[in-house]
Amino acid sequence: MRKEVRFSGFGGQGIILSAVILGRAAVMYDNKFAVQTQVYGPEARGGASMSQVVIDDDQILYPKVSVPDIYVIMSQEGFEKYGATAQESAVMLVDTTLVHSRPKCRCIEIPATREAKQTLKRDIVANIVMLGALVAATHVVSEESLKKAILDSVPKGTEDLNIKAMQLGLELGKQP
Amino acid sequence: MTRTEFWQGNTACAEGALAAGCNFFGGYPITPSTEVAEHMAAKLPKKGGVFIQMEDEIASMASIIGASWTGARAMTATSGPGFSLMMENIGFAIMTETPCVVVNIQRGGPSTGQPTMSAQGDMMQARFGSHGDIAIIALSPATVQEMYELTAKAFNLADKYRVPVFVMSDETIGHMREKVIIPDKVERVERKPFVAGSPPFRATDPDLIPGFPLFGTGQHVHVTGLTHDERGYPCATNPGLHMALVKRLVDKIENARDEMADYEVINPDAEQVFVAYGAPVRTVLQVMHDRKDPNIGFLRIRTVWPFPEKALAKFKNAKRFLLPEMNLGQIAREIERHTCVPVKCIPKLGGELHTPSELVAALEAQP
Repeated sequence: MRKEVRFSGFGGQGIILSAVILGRAAVMYDNKFAVQTQVYGPEARGGASMSQVVIDDDQILYPKVSVPDIYVIMSQEGFEKYGATAQESAVMLVDTTLVHSRPKCRCIEIPATREAKQTLKRDIVANIVMLGALVAATHVVSEESLKKAILDSVPKGTEDLNIKAMQLGLELGKQP
Repeated sequence: MTRTEFWQGNTACAEGALAAGCNFFGGYPITPSTEVAEHMAAKLPKKGGVFIQMEDEIASMASIIGASWTGARAMTATSGPGFSLMMENIGFAIMTETPCVVVNIQRGGPSTGQPTMSAQGDMMQARFGSHGDIAIIALSPATVQEMYELTAKAFNLADKYRVPVFVMSDETIGHMREKVIIPDKVERVERKPFVAGSPPFRATDPDLIPGFPLFGTGQHVHVTGLTHDERGYPCATNPGLHMALVKRLVDKIENARDEMADYEVINPDAEQVFVAYGAPVRTVLQVMHDRKDPNIGFLRIRTVWPFPEKALAKFKNAKRFLLPEMNLGQIAREIERHTCVPVKCIPKLGGELHTPSELVAALEAQP
């Protein structure tokens, strides 16, 4: 099944890294196929940043995202630019600390930046909290694969912090 | 044992070069090719190779020509504006029969155009951009896997035919990350050895390629961009000699057209036939997969230059060739030269890849 995932926020939150980690988890540890792309313009620096991942059990032909199934939105501008047109069957995870709008589709509210700051004392890992929540809510990759891909991708010395952030996200994203 | 990676196209390009034994990179960073240089800068010195950031693309091209004459497998990477600057020395490499690999991660032109957006606007520049009558080789990858494989292959073609080989990729493939299966090792073709004592530019074999007299092996060879005789000495006013030299430089490539042809034919009995290279291949494959219509054919081209013209004839029932290109129809024009079947351009400028629905619309539109 082809799944299209879109991440958006502002430059510096790790929006592109989030997509790379998700794609890596799918390809390297879930033995699936994935393609990761990003909006790559000078306007992305500080402004709205966007990155996308296509995940499939089979070879991916058209590499770009057409109609996202899953959104991870981490800024109000990101919502307005890249999330507002979400189709009704989509699922959107929003960081409630930074996004005040809500979509017409199913919305999962994750206070990622606030929790990262209060619980882990580092809001820099809010994107990893969102990744954990994404996986708990959608199972688009396995938890174990996500963990391995995070460990592959984060700077040395920050592994514990990032795994704690992932676990926090897994809790926050659990659906009843 | 193969291994799996999740790589960006530009990383796969650099890794393909390293696997092929590239040991010299001279370049100047330019979006959207910079990651190739970055990766080579990080990896090449650790493998005993040389990475030099030159002052510009003219010098970059000169540096790889010099390195190649010492026997190095030499490469540079650039994008449109840099490719334009390289044209003069690319001609020098052609005239002096210097093996080298030039990667062009194409972006929107003309001029500085769209640095961060995708395009295929340099396909004809690759073929005819340097002055004089020339022949070169150009490959176009459509996946990150092919970025790895075709970059490695480019070195073999360069060494075999003693000519610059272009990896004509685009921002779409250069910057996307995807699954790559890395083989244990890649095939390596060496340069034809030089027979000591023979004139350095004498080609006695039917392939018209002379053996390579490496610098530093005592051959005292003279290398010049001027029209030269078999000894390598300038001889620029002899009409017959100039004709023979330029004909040989072109024929050594053109005669090997079939041998170099690298393409895939899908649904050869179809009437409507897509032809694509580079990123638009991906959209065509999606349309083929979604429609499952045996009347839609596809010619997927990896070696764009020399153009594999015989591939067109494999589609005996073709009523129309459809050409999605991220330019205004550069290869479409080449196809018109080789067939009486109508050719429909599906040009797209602006930096984005054709969508499947755009190709379906073109397919369904009457000519």
